[in-house]
Amino acid sequence: MNKQVKHDSAIKHVTGEAVYIDDMVEPKGTLHAYLGLSDIAHGEIIRLDLSEVKAAKGVICVLTSKDIIGANDVSPMGLFDDPIFPEKTVEFHGQPIFAVVASTRAEAKKAARLAKVAYKKLTPKLDIVDALEEGGEQVAYSLLLERNNVESEIEKAANRLDGSMVIGGQDHFYLEGHITLAIPSEEDEMTIYSSTQHPSEVQHMVAHALDVNNNNIVVKNRRVGGAFGGKETQGNLFAVVAALAAKKTNRAVKIRPDREDDMIATGKRHDFLIDYDVAFEDDGTIRAMDANFAARCGFSADLSGPVTDRALFHADNCYYYPNVRLKSQPLKTNTVSNTAFRGFGGPQGMVLAERVIEEIAYKLKKDPLEIRKKNFYGTNERNITPYHQIIKDNIIVRLVDELEESANYQQRRKEIIAFNKTSKYIRKGIALTPVKFGISFTATWYNQAGALIHIYQDGTILLNHGGIEMGQGLYTKVAQIVADGFGVDLSEVKVSATSTDKVPNTSPTAASSGADLNGMAALNAVNKIKQRLVDFVIKTYDCDAGEISFSNNQVNIGEKKISFVKLIKQAYMARVQLSDTGFYKTPDIHWDREKGKGNPFFYYAYGAAISQVSIDLLSGQSHVERVDILHDVGNSLNEALDIGQIEGGFVQGMGWLTSEELAWDEEGKLWTFSPSTYKIPLASDIPKIFNIKLANWSKNPANSIKRSKAVGEPPLMLAISVLEAISMAVASVADYNICPRLNTPATPENILMSVERIRDEMQD
Amino acid sequence: MPTRSEIRFLLNDKEVRLSDFSPSLTLLDYLRLERGLCGTKESCNEGDCGACTILVGKLYQGKLIYESINACIRFIGSLDLCHIVTIEYLKSASGKLHAVQQAIVDYHGSQCGFCTPGIIMSLYALLLQKPNANKQDIEMALQGNLCRCTGYVPIINAALSISKKGGLVSDILLEQQKEIAQKLSNMSDGSRVEIINAMGEFIIPKGIDDLVLLLEQKPKATLLAGSSDIGLWVNKHFKNISPVIFIANIATLKQIERGEDNLIIGAAVTYSEAQEIIVNHYPQLKGFWTQIGGNQIRNMGTIGGNIANGSPIGDMAPPLIALGAVLNLRKGKTIRKILVEDFYIAYNKQDLRQGEFIQSIEIPPIKANEIFEVHKVSKRKEEDISTVCAAFKIEIKGNLITQIVLAYGGMAAKPTRAKRAEKLLLDNELNEEIIEKSVQALLQDFTPINDVRATAQYRMLVAQNLLRKFLVEQSS
Repeated sequence: MNKQVKHDSAIKHVTGEAVYIDDMVEPKGTLHAYLGLSDIAHGEIIRLDLSEVKAAKGVICVLTSKDIIGANDVSPMGLFDDPIFPEKTVEFHGQPIFAVVASTRAEAKKAARLAKVAYKKLTPKLDIVDALEEGGEQVAYSLLLERNNVESEIEKAANRLDGSMVIGGQDHFYLEGHITLAIPSEEDEMTIYSSTQHPSEVQHMVAHALDVNNNNIVVKNRRVGGAFGGKETQGNLFAVVAALAAKKTNRAVKIRPDREDDMIATGKRHDFLIDYDVAFEDDGTIRAMDANFAARCGFSADLSGPVTDRALFHADNCYYYPNVRLKSQPLKTNTVSNTAFRGFGGPQGMVLAERVIEEIAYKLKKDPLEIRKKNFYGTNERNITPYHQIIKDNIIVRLVDELEESANYQQRRKEIIAFNKTSKYIRKGIALTPVKFGISFTATWYNQAGALIHIYQDGTILLNHGGIEMGQGLYTKVAQIVADGFGVDLSEVKVSATSTDKVPNTSPTAASSGADLNGMAALNAVNKIKQRLVDFVIKTYDCDAGEISFSNNQVNIGEKKISFVKLIKQAYMARVQLSDTGFYKTPDIHWDREKGKGNPFFYYAYGAAISQVSIDLLSGQSHVERVDILHDVGNSLNEALDIGQIEGGFVQGMGWLTSEELAWDEEGKLWTFSPSTYKIPLASDIPKIFNIKLANWSKNPANSIKRSKAVGEPPLMLAISVLEAISMAVASVADYNICPRLNTPATPENILMSVERIRDEMQD
Repeated sequence: MPTRSEIRFLLNDKEVRLSDFSPSLTLLDYLRLERGLCGTKESCNEGDCGACTILVGKLYQGKLIYESINACIRFIGSLDLCHIVTIEYLKSASGKLHAVQQAIVDYHGSQCGFCTPGIIMSLYALLLQKPNANKQDIEMALQGNLCRCTGYVPIINAALSISKKGGLVSDILLEQQKEIAQKLSNMSDGSRVEIINAMGEFIIPKGIDDLVLLLEQKPKATLLAGSSDIGLWVNKHFKNISPVIFIANIATLKQIERGEDNLIIGAAVTYSEAQEIIVNHYPQLKGFWTQIGGNQIRNMGTIGGNIANGSPIGDMAPPLIALGAVLNLRKGKTIRKILVEDFYIAYNKQDLRQGEFIQSIEIPPIKANEIFEVHKVSKRKEEDISTVCAAFKIEIKGNLITQIVLAYGGMAAKPTRAKRAEKLLLDNELNEEIIEKSVQALLQDFTPINDVRATAQYRMLVAQNLLRKFLVEQSS
């Protein structure tokens, strides 16, 4: 396969011809819906006066909780804790409480602000501390991962330290915001164009809300303009409101919130408060690890259960904990319900693992890399995770050694320490951090996929699968697999919009699984059609199966070659079925959440990064000078796309850990609701030197699609090296004697305040 | 007096005359909703993400220049006598991609593709102006464009691949330059433009005297120049801005003059237009200048507008206060002079009377024995709003401080001088003790607030750190 194939929409992207939902030609008479949001964080609605809204120019109708035909719920877990519009109790500042439908979007948007709402205010729990003080109500059950005996090991430990860490959340800031266009049809039928990662869930939600059967609702999507987890469940509400409005008016209805409403009303990455207690040997080898992961989940469960689970699954990163106890605490707060975000809790778990390493290193006055290496999982022993899965594909030692060598880590670290000795205002830091990320949905049933392939009489191929194209190049990779399977040019394969009436019961395109699952399903369909073609060739040309191969747009039959197009024509005339579905389910995985035991992951993806930073001791501003990455994608399906995921994931992770700060005011209103206050990285923020290499020697030992490895999420966590490097730069002001205990994001303020704090501590 | 009751512009290859529009209709809505030109995207709708970036060609000092701007906060009326170039114009009739488009494809510079048209337009504007753009130029050109997928690496490499070959070889806008300039010049008739309809009023005076006249008739009119702020009043606060008087085409307000000592900058001069001369006269503002907004905002936003709107965190106030700049406020035939420092009365309150407008800003030169410095500290280094902005000017004769201005933004409800610290330092010699005393005096000078950008504690610490370093450097 050509590993430099361009994104299938590249030309359409650059010409502006790629059609996103808001660019679609609207059906005649399309109406526009807009949400009205609450302006308190917690309270009961006493009166919802929409008379001015209804009287506003262009308004057709309004929708409240009373207008919901079926279930007033968009909970992805089926918990009925996530109302479309609350009947009585408002649970967060900015919660949608009604919708207005008008002739134009501008009219709807203006009218939505005219509501008069009277509330009986209740005391909100706004953050983790509030939630814990108020009794620690949870939105989901805790997970406990436990091996051996933590308590007794910690009691008798030679060295022990404890601490806590705050890890901030993150807004997805996809460039295309949420949007749905709902087009009603006869009887109960409706077509929904939704900017979603999970069309099947949208289908189910719309069917529930309209109280119709699933087979009436078709959900389609050709592409989304960025998602990153933010469109796994968060599109449900918009889709359902558009559908209800379309039902009510019997007109097409489009809904698209403005950027600030999108940021206020949709969930984000969870922020965590993690308490840890660790025991270790004099050489830095960890004996026992005990940690509690409290997360701000917002007012409903959404995906907080599995997200906080995954934080625990990755709290080991690459390190072996002989004795371990990890517990999650998914807390209910009166804030927007937090959701999936690239890494799905894993990054927060991993940041904690690196913090603990750092703590031990500063305590023992050693390079944190030395402590990391001491604690790496082994290959034949010391290879059991806290969830009792045995790691069989560990390549972290080789990856780290190669990177350390090629990026000249040791020499540079020495130079930086020397530099810091004499530099008054600028300090530097360097850090190498590893990544091990488990691949598979921990919701085991999601590890399935379907595909549909048609070959038409002119030999062209139409491919459809359940995955969503959100920029990652999934359509390209799956098309490559199909083209390769039939031995035809990629240009012969067209991928059509994902649609629930073509491939049913799809899983979300999430958990980095898109190519693994859909690629396998497509390959299964290819193989079924190919088998029939082979049978046909055997019969027609009187040959053995072994003589037949497909390549270069031809079918080779021994010495004879016929074009693929010609064969298809012949097969059609002979009434060979040229269309089929494909299916795949990931083998060998199981997970018992009650027991905290199992093999939830099919395999692991690995990587390592070295970051070098400088910080300004006057302002706390930081600057990433150089990054070197060695990352494992197994046998890459497409190196160009994979490198793109690594670069983009790294920069997104860097933003999460540095400049992207979420803030709420005292009333619980999101303060950072626009790009003027919420700062994602710019072109000038990326590392000045940025070297990325694929570990091209790595092949996936698990039988994945062409032995490749998933690449969507793992690279985000390579950016933890930036945080650790900043930490070293801060630590220089106390001559590396004190662990700076930087919370994230490491904004200029956080950095400067840490500098001040450890300077004071040193004097004490 | 002849008036024109339509605006005229070129939209890609079409000549457009328009009179039936609302004064608050944005260019982006016009393109997407009325013209079906959906290649230009809406993402933030406040001029901060660049997804709606397009090019505007205008005749400036007799030359046709193209600049990137944000279509989402630009009002259609402000495009009179301009050439609007959208992403749809770039591909040739035969289907050949433009060099910038091809480079983005070749370098895998798009993922989700939503930011891509805007990014291409920003790079296009850059390469038209700077064929040999280096990496830093490219980063600067992209300050106003957010991409959430790629990490920017392939985008920067794509642009470099063109500049390394010497820039755009054949290009539609370069080829048509003469023709377009002629067309724009033909559209111009020197008359006042009056769009008055049921949706409101949008008026473009024909000159400064006409503006004065109009303001006498409509003293409450909204004066619109770059719309980098007023665009948000409309998009985010649904403010009715009618009647609008658009002043960015008035020659007098676009003038940059060198007075005997002073530099006199017309109120409607944009940051981009002023950049060269400002940096020449005040080299200390070089790095600061490119920390103001992104390129699109610098191409739209005016210095006069930044001052007139009076934000406590506006970028221009601290350096202008430190430099002792004076505003020329015009009403009727009279000009009132006021120090920038005195113009700010309180939070969002300026000494600007009804019907009065800023005509120009006079900035004194930096004298031989004066030291001037300016620092902007923000959460993100570029395209961000100040957490703290500090501008210091000091004159030392012999060992004595004979003049000192310590102007801060972000430390109080308006841009403010640190008077107590200044007083301690004035007529004194710099030594460790006095430095520390004056740094501590900032605690009396300011009571900053906690807000979305930082805590009061951090603001104070940074203000002190910057001052301490400045003074220590002057003492050595």
